Amino acid sequence: MEKNKILKKLFISTLYLSAFTFGGGYVIVSLMQKKFVDELHWIEESEMLDLVAIAQSSPGAIAVNGAIVVGYKLAGLVGALTAIVATIIPPFVIISVVSTFYTLFKDSFLVAKMLEGMQAGVGAVIATVVYSMGAGVAATKSVFSLVILAGAFFASCICKVNVVYIILVCITLGVVRTFWVQGRKS
Amino acid sequence: MKTCMELFFSFLQIGAFSFGGGYAAIPLIQGQVVDHHGWLTMAEFTDLITISEMTPGPIAINSATFVGIRVAGIPGALASTLGCVLPSCIIVILIAKLYLKYRDMSWLQTILQTLRPAVVAMIGAAGVSILISAFWGSGAAIALAETRWHLVVIFTVCVIMLEKRKMNPILVMVSAGGMNLVYALAAQYLMR
Repeated sequence: MEKNKILKKLFISTLYLSAFTFGGGYVIVSLMQKKFVDELHWIEESEMLDLVAIAQSSPGAIAVNGAIVVGYKLAGLVGALTAIVATIIPPFVIISVVSTFYTLFKDSFLVAKMLEGMQAGVGAVIATVVYSMGAGVAATKSVFSLVILAGAFFASCICKVNVVYIILVCITLGVVRTFWVQGRKS
Repeated sequence: MKTCMELFFSFLQIGAFSFGGGYAAIPLIQGQVVDHHGWLTMAEFTDLITISEMTPGPIAINSATFVGIRVAGIPGALASTLGCVLPSCIIVILIAKLYLKYRDMSWLQTILQTLRPAVVAMIGAAGVSILISAFWGSGAAIALAETRWHLVVIFTVCVIMLEKRKMNPILVMVSAGGMNLVYALAAQYLMR
């Protein structure tokens, strides 16, 4: 596909996704998975997981990092810049406006109920994305992967361990595994 | 101009040292904005967290915009936002470059294979905490009797819309908000 066309599509999609990422960085990750993997087929699912890992292990907001890494993968440096500008515009504009009308906004019954309902919707989006990704992991029939999946879920959800530590532990396990595989070969 | 530079370097530090996203950044932001520079009072900072939870976008970017506008208007907001994303830009692109170059090496493949299930699990964990806060409210204990069942129903409807109908996820999210609003208005009307 023509590069300008990719950039335009990237800009519009990221702008649109960013405007709806209520509830943290993983929402935009789930939306990007649906857009760029399931709908446009620009990125493969396993590759998307690698990109998310890069976004998680770098400093800064996961939503911003996710946009940068996807933009870079699709169109290089220009792609990364396009994605980052598109990600920043919605919160920038919204906060500028909302900070002016803050009390009006905070006490609004309509806004509160709308947001409460959207949480359930966001949960549904993440649930379906995790379901399809989890099915991908289960299809590998690797006990090792399933143990990692369960362990990471326990650490993150129950023990509230910072994601960076989880990633570091997994990388260490991966390195050990690499040596083990090579040791068996020789 | 001096203030803009201060904003830029303050948020540069926040951007460079907040690992793990989201709530991990809050103490760092507080340290810079409230304790060190006194740009916001603690009460204003609490308001800022509330606004961030109610609007889209990462908390660090929201804070950068909010504080920047307060202290030095739109140029201030631009300076602090730029500072906030600059470390991400450099580090993410660097890692992405290495990844795209070396990902076919077998050793990196083994490491990535180990990492992928963990990424799925962490996205899942984020989903679970959002659902807990939707079904039981933030901070409340999880008790069957306290469940807000209308939100469980909305969640189920959304899953069906996404899985069976393959509907656009953003449309689904907005309709979830709409459904809850209609429910709340109806409940209020019936109570009277």
